[in-house]
Amino acid sequence: MTANGWLQIALFSVVVIALTSPFGGYITRVVNGERTLFSPVLRPVERGLYALCGVRESEEQNWLAYAFAMLVFSLAGFLILYLLQRVQGLLPFNPQGQSNIEASSSLNTAISFVTNTNWQSYVPETTMSYLTQMAGLTVHNFVSAAAGIAMAIAVIRGFARRTTKTIGNFWVDLTRITLYILLPISIVVALIFVWQGMPQNLGAYTEATTLDGAKQVIAQGPVASQEVIKIMGTNGGGFFNANSAHPFENPTPLTNFIQLGLIFSIGAALTNVLGRMVGDQRQGWAIFAVMGILYLVGTTTAYWAESAGNPAFAHFNVDQHASTASPGGNMEGKEVRFGIANSALFTTVTTDTSCGAVNNMHDSLTPLGGMVPLVNIMLGEIIFGGVGSGLYGMLGFAIVAVFIAGLMVGRTPEYLGKKLEAKEVKMAILAILSLPFSILIGTAIATVNVNGLAGIANGGPHGFTEILYAFVSSTGNNGSAFAGIGANTLFYNTMLSAAMFIGRFIFVVPLLAVAGSLAGKKILAPSAGTFPTTGPLFVGLLVGVIVIVGGLTYFPAVSLGPVVEQVAMNHGVLYAGP
Amino acid sequence: MLRQIRPALVMIVVMTVITGLAYPLAITGIAETIFPYQAQGSLIEKNGKIVGSELIGQNFTSAKYFHGRPSATTEPDPKDPSKTISVPYAADNSSGSNLGPTAKPLIDRIKDDAAKLKAENPNTPIPVDLVTTSASGLDPDITPAAAAFQVPRVAKARGLSEDRVRALVAAATSGRTLGILGEPRVNVLRLNLSLDALQGH
Repeated sequence: MTANGWLQIALFSVVVIALTSPFGGYITRVVNGERTLFSPVLRPVERGLYALCGVRESEEQNWLAYAFAMLVFSLAGFLILYLLQRVQGLLPFNPQGQSNIEASSSLNTAISFVTNTNWQSYVPETTMSYLTQMAGLTVHNFVSAAAGIAMAIAVIRGFARRTTKTIGNFWVDLTRITLYILLPISIVVALIFVWQGMPQNLGAYTEATTLDGAKQVIAQGPVASQEVIKIMGTNGGGFFNANSAHPFENPTPLTNFIQLGLIFSIGAALTNVLGRMVGDQRQGWAIFAVMGILYLVGTTTAYWAESAGNPAFAHFNVDQHASTASPGGNMEGKEVRFGIANSALFTTVTTDTSCGAVNNMHDSLTPLGGMVPLVNIMLGEIIFGGVGSGLYGMLGFAIVAVFIAGLMVGRTPEYLGKKLEAKEVKMAILAILSLPFSILIGTAIATVNVNGLAGIANGGPHGFTEILYAFVSSTGNNGSAFAGIGANTLFYNTMLSAAMFIGRFIFVVPLLAVAGSLAGKKILAPSAGTFPTTGPLFVGLLVGVIVIVGGLTYFPAVSLGPVVEQVAMNHGVLYAGP
Repeated sequence: MLRQIRPALVMIVVMTVITGLAYPLAITGIAETIFPYQAQGSLIEKNGKIVGSELIGQNFTSAKYFHGRPSATTEPDPKDPSKTISVPYAADNSSGSNLGPTAKPLIDRIKDDAAKLKAENPNTPIPVDLVTTSASGLDPDITPAAAAFQVPRVAKARGLSEDRVRALVAAATSGRTLGILGEPRVNVLRLNLSLDALQGH
């Protein structure tokens, strides 16, 4: 670990803190339907869209209608994306002549992008036409992110409103978030990305003759326009197989820094939106503090583990010490321009959220370094989180934390002025339990099934971690991978599609039900018996609940994977192939 | 509930037009106008032929060139498309090795590569980036340590003084952005082009 490495991490953290309140203020204005900078241009587009859809802007929905609208929209998007892949060979914008995609892979990709997961069982540059990348995948990068934010806003409204049945209008939220937040930022940042070296063209791949006289085919495409929303929408599906490690997808340290900032920006800002909408920004900052603590623990662990490197390399006089001329550490699966600090930071940030973009290969991380992304996703990606899903997941945990505090002092729990009763706590628990159900059962099936075992690429405990990570990542709608796993098979395409579905929809519907139920309640004035949810005691309790619930649920699985491997690595044990 | 079907269909179609066609095509048009070099992939031409991209590493094997990092990229085997063969720096199929830290194939590979490098420069510890594959398999850079390690070989193969080669390495080295971000690095293709230019190739 170096002073410069920590300086980069500190600078990034400060930027995130500084952006949270102004960006939160802007998002609040947008979702409240207020006028913004872009209204003169975008308001007519917005109104035209409502007219075409037959949506009345002022008409709100109860939680069930809101959830149903989200599900119908997702289904429509899923069907179109599936079809687009199946017939892409017949359509334009396909200079490489990519052929139609096989059914189980198309199914997996369609579910993956509709659920904001962006798990990729395919190699993009040898599979996807430019049309599929733009009119299929980029579109879902926008709208699945917008849908996620919309659901978080709906849950916040449940807390903020009193004695009403409605929590907003899904179509209005979706439209405004896409037009006023995601699109303007994408346009500006895409051009910055091109300036830094990201390609943006529709031409065929370039054939070069290298200095050594060999032929090299260089993949091209409209990269920058997809890259920005891939990152900001915490989607994470790469334009190329190597994702944000590819020099065309992340050419410089500056693009890397912007990507890191964009991944956290919306998730962090939503904590502030929560504070503003319930009328007490400290409530938002308390949640922010919980997220910040968990982020720092993860970053420190990953940075330490990757800097320490791999003891097995030392036998061959390989120098892993950091110096001014080399970052040292475990450089397998990492890029020189990012070194150790930026790789460890990116790994933590992309799994604190549901982003899943990678700027280094997680499969080649040291055991404890690889445990960080695994555990981050297992905890539910509530550390700033996926756009929207992070906040509503965290609010689920907050409900459980306040409930436990209530049990300890024997009072009815309250959170943000709302009395929490059996229904809310049951629904929060149902949401939280849906994740380990999918992860642990799925992993268990794959480890005893010949088709599941066929996918692993590394022997020993690392092979088990590859399977576990696949189910963790897809259930968590993350999309990063221990990428050695051969997942483009009927078995994994189907199993992981189910996991992604559960992780997105079975997780959110109970929380929308909580929002609907809370919206109908009165807001209570704080009394002497109210447990304050803005102070360090609440922050500590919430961190404790998250770690204990996550820890107890996943401890055995984590022990069998990274923990055993760490011990093996330190004892010089090696494993032949699977 | 059926009332939601119309907005769902209209919304996905209009969003596809706005975010999936108008937006990327407009960005392409603007980018190709104001940043034509970058938009086309930062391609480098020499004598009217494209020799590569500034951002994409290539496979250097001869002693007179600086070598990039090991690359784990593959291509389908021409004899049997269901299998793959190792093709380093295949820029149409980016990939890392995905070998874990306790994988015997990883440690065996590092052992072999380290032995070759030791023969070339026996008295210097081997910089870790010279025996580890990059994440993309296309890393255009090596660390300054890895460049310094190769200076004696390249100088000897080209009949240049080591100081002369070191000066070219320094010219191809980028520091951290704003002195803070990223890591110092040497662009291998640019360095090798400057070596060729020096000797009139």
